[in-house]
Amino acid sequence: MVYLTRKAEFSASHFYHNPEFTPEENRRLFGKCNNPNGHGHNYTLEVTVKGEVDPRSGFVVDLKQLKQVLEREVLSLLDHRFLNKEVPEFATAIPTTENLAISIWQKLQPKLEVARLHRVRLYETPDLFVDFYGEP
Amino acid sequence: MKAYLTRRYLFSASHRLHSPEFSDSENRAVYGKCNNPHGHGHNYTLEVTVAGQVDAKTGMICDLVQLDTFVHQEVLERFGHEHLNALPPFADAVPTTENLSVELFRILSRFPQATLEKIRLEETMLNSFEYAGGAELKI
Repeated sequence: MVYLTRKAEFSASHFYHNPEFTPEENRRLFGKCNNPNGHGHNYTLEVTVKGEVDPRSGFVVDLKQLKQVLEREVLSLLDHRFLNKEVPEFATAIPTTENLAISIWQKLQPKLEVARLHRVRLYETPDLFVDFYGEP
Repeated sequence: MKAYLTRRYLFSASHRLHSPEFSDSENRAVYGKCNNPHGHGHNYTLEVTVAGQVDAKTGMICDLVQLDTFVHQEVLERFGHEHLNALPPFADAVPTTENLSVELFRILSRFPQATLEKIRLEETMLNSFEYAGGAELKI
Protein backbone atom coordinates (compact mmCIF):
# COMPACT_ATOMS: atom_id res chain seq x y z
CA MET A 1 0.00 0.00 0.00
CA VAL A 2 1.33 3.40 -0.99
CA TYR A 3 -0.11 6.73 0.16
CA LEU A 4 -0.13 9.76 -2.13
CA THR A 5 -0.89 13.31 -0.99
CA ARG A 6 -1.96 16.12 -3.27
CA LYS A 7 -2.04 19.69 -2.02
CA ALA A 8 -4.36 22.48 -3.13
CA GLU A 9 -5.16 25.97 -1.96
CA PHE A 10 -8.36 27.95 -1.89
CA SER A 11 -9.56 31.14 -0.26
CA ALA A 12 -12.99 31.59 1.23
CA SER A 13 -14.88 33.57 3.84
CA HIS A 14 -17.21 32.44 6.59
CA PHE A 15 -18.67 33.27 9.98
CA TYR A 16 -19.88 31.14 12.86
CA HIS A 17 -23.44 31.53 14.12
CA ASN A 18 -26.00 29.11 15.47
CA PRO A 19 -29.56 30.50 15.43
CA GLU A 20 -30.44 28.16 18.34
CA PHE A 21 -28.16 30.22 20.60
CA THR A 22 -28.86 33.73 21.88
CA PRO A 23 -26.73 36.57 20.41
CA GLU A 24 -24.76 36.64 23.69
CA GLU A 25 -24.11 32.88 23.57
CA ASN A 26 -23.02 33.14 19.94
CA ARG A 27 -20.59 35.92 20.78
CA ARG A 28 -19.23 34.12 23.84
CA LEU A 29 -18.81 30.79 22.04
CA PHE A 30 -17.57 31.96 18.68
CA GLY A 31 -15.86 35.24 19.61
CA LYS A 32 -14.66 37.29 16.65
CA CYS A 33 -15.74 34.50 14.28
CA ASN A 34 -19.34 35.51 15.01
CA ASN A 35 -19.06 38.79 13.04
CA PRO A 36 -21.94 38.41 10.51
CA ASN A 37 -20.02 40.15 7.74
CA GLY A 38 -17.61 37.24 7.74
CA HIS A 39 -13.85 37.00 7.51
CA GLY A 40 -11.57 35.02 5.25
CA HIS A 41 -8.82 32.44 5.24
CA ASN A 42 -6.34 31.03 2.78
CA TYR A 43 -7.03 27.35 3.23
CA THR A 44 -4.52 24.65 2.36
CA LEU A 45 -6.03 21.28 1.55
CA GLU A 46 -4.08 18.02 1.57
CA VAL A 47 -5.87 15.01 0.12
CA THR A 48 -4.24 11.64 0.79
CA VAL A 49 -5.26 8.59 -1.23
CA LYS A 50 -3.99 5.04 -0.87
CA GLY A 51 -3.73 2.01 -3.07
CA GLU A 52 -1.49 -0.62 -4.55
CA VAL A 53 1.00 0.51 -7.20
CA ASP A 54 -0.23 -0.52 -10.66
CA PRO A 55 2.53 -2.69 -12.16
CA ARG A 56 2.05 -1.24 -15.66
CA SER A 57 1.82 2.48 -14.89
CA GLY A 58 3.77 2.56 -11.63
CA PHE A 59 1.00 4.81 -10.27
CA VAL A 60 -1.24 4.52 -7.22
CA VAL A 61 -3.59 6.95 -8.93
CA ASP A 62 -3.51 8.98 -12.12
CA LEU A 63 -2.59 12.36 -10.68
CA LYS A 64 -4.18 14.15 -13.61
CA GLN A 65 -7.54 12.54 -12.80
CA LEU A 66 -7.14 13.30 -9.10
CA LYS A 67 -6.42 16.96 -9.90
CA GLN A 68 -9.48 17.14 -12.16
CA VAL A 69 -11.78 15.59 -9.53
CA LEU A 70 -10.36 17.90 -6.87
CA GLU A 71 -10.91 20.95 -9.07
CA ARG A 72 -14.43 19.96 -10.16
CA GLU A 73 -15.82 18.57 -6.89
CA VAL A 74 -14.14 20.82 -4.35
CA LEU A 75 -12.15 23.84 -5.47
CA SER A 76 -14.63 25.21 -8.00
CA LEU A 77 -17.35 25.10 -5.31
CA LEU A 78 -15.36 26.62 -2.44
CA ASP A 79 -12.71 28.95 -3.87
CA HIS A 80 -13.52 32.65 -3.49
CA ARG A 81 -16.92 31.89 -1.97
CA PHE A 82 -18.70 33.06 1.16
CA LEU A 83 -19.25 29.59 2.59
CA ASN A 84 -22.36 30.40 4.65
CA LYS A 85 -24.15 31.93 1.68
CA GLU A 86 -22.88 30.08 -1.35
CA VAL A 87 -22.30 26.47 -0.28
CA PRO A 88 -25.64 24.71 0.34
CA GLU A 89 -24.63 22.55 3.34
CA PHE A 90 -23.46 25.62 5.23
CA ALA A 91 -26.85 27.28 5.08
CA THR A 92 -27.48 25.18 8.20
CA ALA A 93 -24.21 23.58 9.33
CA ILE A 94 -21.57 25.91 10.77
CA PRO A 95 -18.60 26.19 8.37
CA THR A 96 -15.95 25.34 10.96
CA THR A 97 -12.72 23.70 9.80
CA GLU A 98 -14.06 20.40 11.20
CA ASN A 99 -17.29 20.57 9.17
CA LEU A 100 -15.48 21.81 6.07
CA ALA A 101 -13.03 18.87 6.20
CA ILE A 102 -15.97 16.43 6.53
CA SER A 103 -17.80 18.13 3.66
CA ILE A 104 -14.73 17.89 1.40
CA TRP A 105 -14.44 14.16 2.23
CA GLN A 106 -18.11 13.66 1.33
CA LYS A 107 -17.69 15.48 -1.99
CA LEU A 108 -14.53 13.56 -2.97
CA GLN A 109 -15.06 10.05 -1.63
CA PRO A 110 -17.79 8.94 -4.09
CA LYS A 111 -15.96 10.43 -7.07
CA LEU A 112 -12.60 8.75 -6.67
CA GLU A 113 -12.51 5.75 -8.95
CA VAL A 114 -9.13 4.08 -8.57
CA ALA A 115 -7.44 4.93 -5.31
CA ARG A 116 -9.25 5.02 -1.99
CA LEU A 117 -9.48 8.24 -0.02
CA HIS A 118 -7.43 7.96 3.18
CA ARG A 119 -7.38 11.38 4.75
CA VAL A 120 -8.51 14.95 4.24
CA ARG A 121 -6.29 17.45 6.03
CA LEU A 122 -7.45 21.05 5.97
CA TYR A 123 -5.35 23.95 7.24
CA GLU A 124 -7.35 27.04 8.15
CA THR A 125 -4.09 28.79 9.09
CA PRO A 126 -0.56 27.38 9.42
CA ASP A 127 -1.29 26.97 13.15
CA LEU A 128 -4.63 25.16 12.93
CA PHE A 129 -5.67 22.14 10.92
CA VAL A 130 -8.20 19.31 11.00
CA ASP A 131 -7.81 15.71 9.84
CA PHE A 132 -10.78 13.56 8.81
CA TYR A 133 -10.48 9.86 7.97
CA GLY A 134 -14.16 9.11 7.26
CA GLU A 135 -14.71 7.76 10.76
CA PRO A 136 -18.27 7.78 12.11
CA MET B 1 -18.33 12.09 13.09
CA LYS B 2 -14.87 11.81 14.53
CA ALA B 3 -12.25 14.36 13.52
CA TYR B 4 -8.80 15.38 14.70
CA LEU B 5 -7.85 18.97 15.36
CA THR B 6 -4.25 20.11 15.56
CA ARG B 7 -3.13 23.41 16.98
CA ARG B 8 0.42 24.75 16.85
CA TYR B 9 2.22 26.66 19.63
CA LEU B 10 5.72 28.07 20.08
CA PHE B 11 7.93 28.31 23.14
CA SER B 12 11.64 28.80 23.79
CA ALA B 13 13.65 27.07 26.49
CA SER B 14 17.19 26.00 27.31
CA HIS B 15 18.58 22.65 28.39
CA ARG B 16 21.73 20.65 28.87
CA LEU B 17 21.93 16.98 28.06
CA HIS B 18 23.91 15.24 30.78
CA SER B 19 23.24 11.92 32.44
CA PRO B 20 24.62 11.04 35.89
CA GLU B 21 24.70 7.43 34.65
CA PHE B 22 27.63 8.29 32.38
CA SER B 23 31.17 9.49 33.15
CA ASP B 24 32.13 13.00 31.99
CA SER B 25 33.87 11.62 28.93
CA GLU B 26 30.91 9.34 28.12
CA ASN B 27 28.55 12.32 28.44
CA ARG B 28 30.68 14.27 25.99
CA ALA B 29 30.77 11.32 23.61
CA VAL B 30 27.00 10.66 23.77
CA TYR B 31 25.65 14.21 23.82
CA GLY B 32 28.41 16.15 22.02
CA LYS B 33 27.78 19.91 22.00
CA CYS B 34 24.51 19.38 23.90
CA ASN B 35 26.63 18.44 26.93
CA ASN B 36 28.15 21.97 27.17
CA PRO B 37 27.84 22.75 30.93
CA HIS B 38 26.14 26.11 30.41
CA GLY B 39 23.32 24.72 28.29
CA HIS B 40 21.83 26.07 25.10
CA GLY B 41 18.35 26.95 23.84
CA HIS B 42 15.81 26.07 21.21
CA ASN B 43 12.65 27.51 19.73
CA TYR B 44 10.30 24.58 20.19
CA THR B 45 7.19 24.13 18.09
CA LEU B 46 4.49 22.11 19.79
CA GLU B 47 1.60 20.58 17.84
CA VAL B 48 -1.28 19.35 19.97
CA THR B 49 -3.78 16.99 18.33
CA VAL B 50 -7.12 16.35 20.02
CA ALA B 51 -9.76 13.94 18.78
CA GLY B 52 -13.50 13.81 19.24
CA GLN B 53 -16.94 13.90 17.75
CA VAL B 54 -17.83 17.14 15.98
CA ASP B 55 -20.57 18.75 18.06
CA ALA B 56 -23.68 19.29 15.94
CA LYS B 57 -24.48 22.64 17.55
CA THR B 58 -21.04 24.25 17.42
CA GLY B 59 -19.44 22.38 14.52
CA MET B 60 -16.39 21.92 16.73
CA ILE B 61 -14.52 19.14 18.53
CA CYS B 62 -13.82 21.48 21.44
CA ASP B 63 -13.75 25.15 22.25
CA LEU B 64 -10.46 26.47 20.84
CA VAL B 65 -10.26 29.23 23.43
CA GLN B 66 -10.39 26.60 26.19
CA LEU B 67 -7.67 24.55 24.47
CA ASP B 68 -5.48 27.62 23.99
CA THR B 69 -5.98 28.67 27.61
CA PHE B 70 -5.11 25.18 28.87
CA VAL B 71 -1.94 24.92 26.75
CA HIS B 72 -0.86 28.44 27.74
CA GLN B 73 -1.34 27.78 31.45
CA GLU B 74 -0.01 24.23 31.62
CA VAL B 75 2.79 24.32 29.06
CA LEU B 76 3.79 27.70 27.66
CA GLU B 77 3.86 29.52 31.01
CA ARG B 78 5.60 26.64 32.80
CA PHE B 79 8.19 25.76 30.16
CA GLY B 80 8.57 28.93 28.07
CA HIS B 81 11.80 30.87 28.77
CA GLU B 82 12.91 28.36 31.40
CA HIS B 83 15.98 26.18 31.82
CA LEU B 84 14.40 22.72 31.54
CA ASN B 85 16.99 21.01 33.76
CA ALA B 86 15.89 23.23 36.66
CA LEU B 87 12.22 22.19 36.43
CA PRO B 88 10.77 19.39 38.60
CA PRO B 89 10.03 16.91 35.75
CA PHE B 90 13.72 16.91 34.87
CA ALA B 91 15.14 16.57 38.38
CA ASP B 92 15.83 12.90 37.55
CA ALA B 93 15.41 12.76 33.78
CA VAL B 94 17.56 14.16 30.97
CA PRO B 95 15.57 16.92 29.20
CA THR B 96 15.89 15.41 25.74
CA THR B 97 13.05 16.23 23.39
CA GLU B 98 11.95 12.58 23.72
CA ASN B 99 11.50 12.99 27.49
CA LEU B 100 9.96 16.44 27.04
CA SER B 101 7.44 14.97 24.58
CA VAL B 102 6.39 12.28 27.06
CA GLU B 103 6.05 14.87 29.84
CA LEU B 104 4.01 17.26 27.68
CA PHE B 105 1.72 14.41 26.60
CA ARG B 106 1.18 13.50 30.27
CA ILE B 107 0.27 17.11 31.10
CA LEU B 108 -1.93 17.70 28.05
CA SER B 109 -3.84 14.44 28.46
CA ARG B 110 -5.57 16.16 31.41
CA PHE B 111 -7.34 18.58 29.03
CA PRO B 112 -10.96 17.95 30.00
CA GLN B 113 -12.86 19.00 26.86
CA ALA B 114 -11.43 16.53 24.29
CA THR B 115 -9.24 13.43 24.07
CA LEU B 116 -5.55 14.04 23.44
CA GLU B 117 -4.53 12.00 20.39
CA LYS B 118 -0.85 12.88 20.12
CA ILE B 119 1.69 15.62 20.34
CA ARG B 120 4.43 16.55 17.93
CA LEU B 121 7.40 18.54 19.13
CA GLU B 122 9.93 20.19 16.85
CA GLU B 123 13.22 20.95 18.57
CA THR B 124 14.59 22.58 15.42
CA MET B 125 13.35 22.66 11.85
CA LEU B 126 15.34 19.47 11.31
CA ASN B 127 14.31 17.40 14.36
CA SER B 128 10.81 16.46 15.37
CA PHE B 129 9.33 13.95 17.79
CA GLU B 130 5.84 12.49 18.03
CA TYR B 131 4.22 10.74 20.98
CA ALA B 132 0.72 9.28 21.24
CA GLY B 133 0.91 7.97 24.79
CA GLY B 134 2.64 4.79 23.61
CA ALA B 135 0.16 4.06 20.80
CA GLU B 136 1.13 3.62 17.16
CA LEU B 137 0.68 6.75 15.06
CA LYS B 138 -2.25 7.12 12.72
CA ILE B 139 -0.67 7.89 9.36
